[in-house]
Amino acid sequence: MIPGGGSLTRYASPAAFYPLAGRLIPWFAVPAAVLGAVGLYMGLVAAPTDFRQGDAYRIMFIHVPAAWMSMWLYVVMAIYAGLGLVVKTRLSSMMAAAIAPSGALFTFIALWTGSFWGRPMWGTWWVWDARLTSELVLLFLYLGVIALAAAIDDPRRADRASGLLALVGVVNVPIIYFSVQWWNTLHQGASIKMTAAPTMGAIMFWSILVMTVAFWLLSFVTAFLRVRCIILERERHAEWAQKVVDNRA
Amino acid sequence: MNGGGFWHMGGYALYVWSAYGVTAVLLFLEVVQLLRRRRAVFRRLKAMHRMGIEKA
Repeated sequence: MIPGGGSLTRYASPAAFYPLAGRLIPWFAVPAAVLGAVGLYMGLVAAPTDFRQGDAYRIMFIHVPAAWMSMWLYVVMAIYAGLGLVVKTRLSSMMAAAIAPSGALFTFIALWTGSFWGRPMWGTWWVWDARLTSELVLLFLYLGVIALAAAIDDPRRADRASGLLALVGVVNVPIIYFSVQWWNTLHQGASIKMTAAPTMGAIMFWSILVMTVAFWLLSFVTAFLRVRCIILERERHAEWAQKVVDNRA
Repeated sequence: MNGGGFWHMGGYALYVWSAYGVTAVLLFLEVVQLLRRRRAVFRRLKAMHRMGIEKA
């Protein structure tokens, strides 16, 4: 529990979080749609054609944000899974379960878009390079967490087993991130670093940033939509949940 | 944009639009699937409730 976090811990109960998540959804959905449209315009229209890669480099404007989101969502999922295991707050495990499919989707998108960039630029759809392989492992970890939870009937045991797998799998995230430094890979190194000025034009940098924020906001929308379904399913015996169901026309 | 216009993508149309198209469709379908799941959850819980199976 968070010490003195009365107002925060209040929302740690599924009953309190269900309506809160519902109220928050439009506040994330609308900016996500607006920024997504702005990002598309910047990446597809405003950004000039690259002098070496031609227009194929525009794939980077969705590839990089999707790859970042795939790693970020895994970390967030693992934190919730860890909280669920240690503090045993039910909502934490529900949030972990709600994030997993969105993380898996962004991982697939990162692999897919990377493949469609790699074909014209590297001459191959796929290579067993450290970066690509560890990102594929990330996809299997997400799918493993989802499948394990789905295979166990008792929700608490399902939370424990899938939570443990999520936690163990987090070691893969730094491996993905540092793979381009640790191994001599085909995949290029980071183009945007925290410690140095970006090695690309300002419009490219901002297109990637805007798209990342759009994806990030969208992940709140999908996680909240999904966790609301999970909460209702699991808390269906509770009086408040039955009221929610009854009150819907 | 070099010649050939917007949709031509300088000869990389297949790659650029496959990447963007699949991304857009998948992200859109995820939201659609979640809205459908929500309706299905309500339908199922309502039916359970009506039959009195799930009464505590």
